[in-house]
Amino acid sequence: MAFTLTINGTNHEIDVEPETPLLWVLRDTIGLTGTKFGCGIAQCGACTVHLDGQPVRSCSTPASAAVGREITTIEGLSPDSSHPLQRAWVENTVPQCGYCQSGQIMAAAALLSRNPNPSDAEIDAAMAGNLCRCGTYSRIRAAIHRAAELAHS
Amino acid sequence: MEMDMMLTRRTLIRSMSAAGGMIIGFQMPGALAAVVAPRPWTTPTDGVEVNAWLAIDADGIVTIRVPHTEQGQGALTSVAMLVAEELDVPWDRIQTVFADMNRHVNDGEEYIVTTTHGSQLVRLQHPHIMQAGASARERLKEAAARAWGIDRSQVTARQGVLSANGRSAPYAEFAAEAGSIMLAEEPAIKKNPDEWWLLGTPTDRLDVPVKVNGSAHYAIDTRLDGMVYAAVKCCPVPWGRLASFDFDQVRDRPGVVAAVELKAVPGITNTRDAMQNGVAVVADSWYRAKTALDLMPVEWDFGPEGSVSNETLAAQAAQMLEEDGEVSGEVGADARDLLAAAPADRVVSADYHRPYETHARMEPINATVAIYEDRVDVWSPVQDQAAALKVVADQLGRDTRDVYVNTVFIGGAFGGNGGGFTAVTRQAAEIAKQVGRPTKVVWPREEDITQDQQRPPHYTRMTASLRDNGLPEAFFSRAVWFNRGGVEQIGPATADVCINTMPYLVPNRRHERHNVHAHIPTATHRGPGANQNGFIIEQFADELALAGDWDPLEWRIEMTKGLEPWQRVLLKLKEVAGFTTDLPRGQGMGVAVAEDHNSYCGACATVSVSRRGEVRVEKVVLVHNSGYIINPRGAGEQLEGSVVYELSHALYGGLDLQGGRFVNTNFDTYNLMRMPQAPEVEIHYALSEDGWWGGCGEPGGPPTPPAVANAIFFATGKRVRSTPMLRHDLSWA
Repeated sequence: MAFTLTINGTNHEIDVEPETPLLWVLRDTIGLTGTKFGCGIAQCGACTVHLDGQPVRSCSTPASAAVGREITTIEGLSPDSSHPLQRAWVENTVPQCGYCQSGQIMAAAALLSRNPNPSDAEIDAAMAGNLCRCGTYSRIRAAIHRAAELAHS
Repeated sequence: MEMDMMLTRRTLIRSMSAAGGMIIGFQMPGALAAVVAPRPWTTPTDGVEVNAWLAIDADGIVTIRVPHTEQGQGALTSVAMLVAEELDVPWDRIQTVFADMNRHVNDGEEYIVTTTHGSQLVRLQHPHIMQAGASARERLKEAAARAWGIDRSQVTARQGVLSANGRSAPYAEFAAEAGSIMLAEEPAIKKNPDEWWLLGTPTDRLDVPVKVNGSAHYAIDTRLDGMVYAAVKCCPVPWGRLASFDFDQVRDRPGVVAAVELKAVPGITNTRDAMQNGVAVVADSWYRAKTALDLMPVEWDFGPEGSVSNETLAAQAAQMLEEDGEVSGEVGADARDLLAAAPADRVVSADYHRPYETHARMEPINATVAIYEDRVDVWSPVQDQAAALKVVADQLGRDTRDVYVNTVFIGGAFGGNGGGFTAVTRQAAEIAKQVGRPTKVVWPREEDITQDQQRPPHYTRMTASLRDNGLPEAFFSRAVWFNRGGVEQIGPATADVCINTMPYLVPNRRHERHNVHAHIPTATHRGPGANQNGFIIEQFADELALAGDWDPLEWRIEMTKGLEPWQRVLLKLKEVAGFTTDLPRGQGMGVAVAEDHNSYCGACATVSVSRRGEVRVEKVVLVHNSGYIINPRGAGEQLEGSVVYELSHALYGGLDLQGGRFVNTNFDTYNLMRMPQAPEVEIHYALSEDGWWGGCGEPGGPPTPPAVANAIFFATGKRVRSTPMLRHDLSWA
């Protein structure tokens, strides 16, 4: 089935089964591989993208459900890694293996857009769905606080 | 559109150079041409090669070639720091690229070691990596000396500039000449930290910027013209057989290309490298392949192993704990005689157990192989890229000179992608050959866990007797370990670490073990042996200390008297952790230590436990002694990460084996630590700087769970002798 998806502000004509998870359209059809496959059952958060600004697990979101909505991936967060979260991530050397970090950053971006000054508890609650096997959690939390500061300055 | 986004050879090279990097010429394996022509698919060499490890371009940018993999442990940064220290170039003039494995394998293995495991990159390989930088520096000086008509001893090389007698020139000016110079004698490296200008400085990892915008390339991200995708399913009971599959049922589904039967390679019994029997469905997208595979009727012959479960292994272990085992270590008099003669109220005995655990690296196991007439290209997340090259050559019957491994980032590995773990690479090679198209194999998460080479389980009984002063007189341990093919598959040392090698000066000891064959493939796992045995020996140490009326921390200080690395760690821990046993019910602190990869690490954990038994690990203080540290920031990140990693298993993990197969095979049932549960981690270094080097990637893990378990005991009065700890009733009144 053919339909149109709006990804990072660009329209893409897609022809796949409508139930195809958005993740695989992004990665295999479009070639936006910054969004990662981790579990396929919405348990690890590595595939997190935004639909109209809301964080969703793209591995469990049918592509057809994204028609007519703004899809934002890590590649579309900023053109030059200048988003406050990306700057804070670099400043705090957050990533280790880095595989989960696209999902972490997208989850954090959704948090900051609805809560510009989250507390530790609010960060924990918003980020609990994103696994990091390298154990970078404390730096993620610190970087979210730092990004909140950067966004205000 | 689609084609534009495809990873072409050109964009691949760009994405790899974006990882940071540079090039110059050192001669450890013998003279190379000063200028090496760029080879397709290999690291770009804009500069002049001084030796295999580095090249310098006209602008003075030094490209350092890293033969190890970057799994998040900082290999790119560590190798670059070691070279730059000796070469003496400004850190902001450094870039890194992954070294060319084809050149390594076929031209005399000039990088010496390419595997990346065992916390060994800095620990074991710093001498030859630093030598590469020192050798290049001296060659640059020699080239300048010849041009200036003076002796090399008159030339200094500092921060990228050669100078003598008022003359100076950038390194780049003499790089070409330097590459062809042979030194009569290789220079000594800087062993004394007082001489270091870069090593020991907290340094940001070079791979961070590409990991915040989606541009970092992992093997699973590989896209090639004409590529097909394969989803695989192997017998869920390892070593079972594929009885049948009915491809006709899914053949006409959209995009489906083929089904390929996968057969174990005859003669390969090493569990890491064996390919299991199974089947792959190949399609024009991975989702279509995976969906067709799930819908395709597949029948298995599980074989006799189909009745093995955690319960049958436990029953087998219980029986074997009553039987004499192989003696793996003895100290002093026969501990059994002393225990038999000791009064009952002076004897302490306990049984401990750790279950199977899986690596669950975030990047599911995958590999891409593209076969062309003149070359084969490989992307594989294995920890030794040279091994991946060789296994593809073997599977395809091709000369290793035709095979190119394209090293990219690895999304975690933790020992599970170690050495070979080449099964998936073989699968990709085989499927690519059979379908005649470049093929990417991706294991679904359930396959990633089911077919992983698991961390082996063990059951251990420890018994000790106490002297009048409350300290141990005799110690006896008997362990039952389950490994595919017996413990030899992953090395006997794994079973003995921290038990036979305990730091405690017990005068009479005897250690026995049973190495029992079980069908589940097993392999190294971050902190192998130390993670399993640290948990049991360090809780038993507390049991002995308390039975002898000793404070657990003072007991450890007393029992390691005269062992400098341990005294340094324990006295620092006493100074910084505020350890006390005097806390109200529901709160507790615990200490533990473990030696792992030649490092000495102590942990102090603080926990709170509600009356209903809900555990919160508040804080973990680590004191780490690896002899030396080249990058305190990177080391701290590894240590903290190890705490979270190992607590995941100890608190939540545990694979459930039923009917010969694991039943918890994704993150809904195999739970890992998440941000709200992660404790505050505080790192202290207590470095001996005494000529020996320890690792940093693993040693923070092993002492953490026993410190937490010991803290839980003080909070609740309950001793938690098996994991996952949260499966125990920890409520208290």
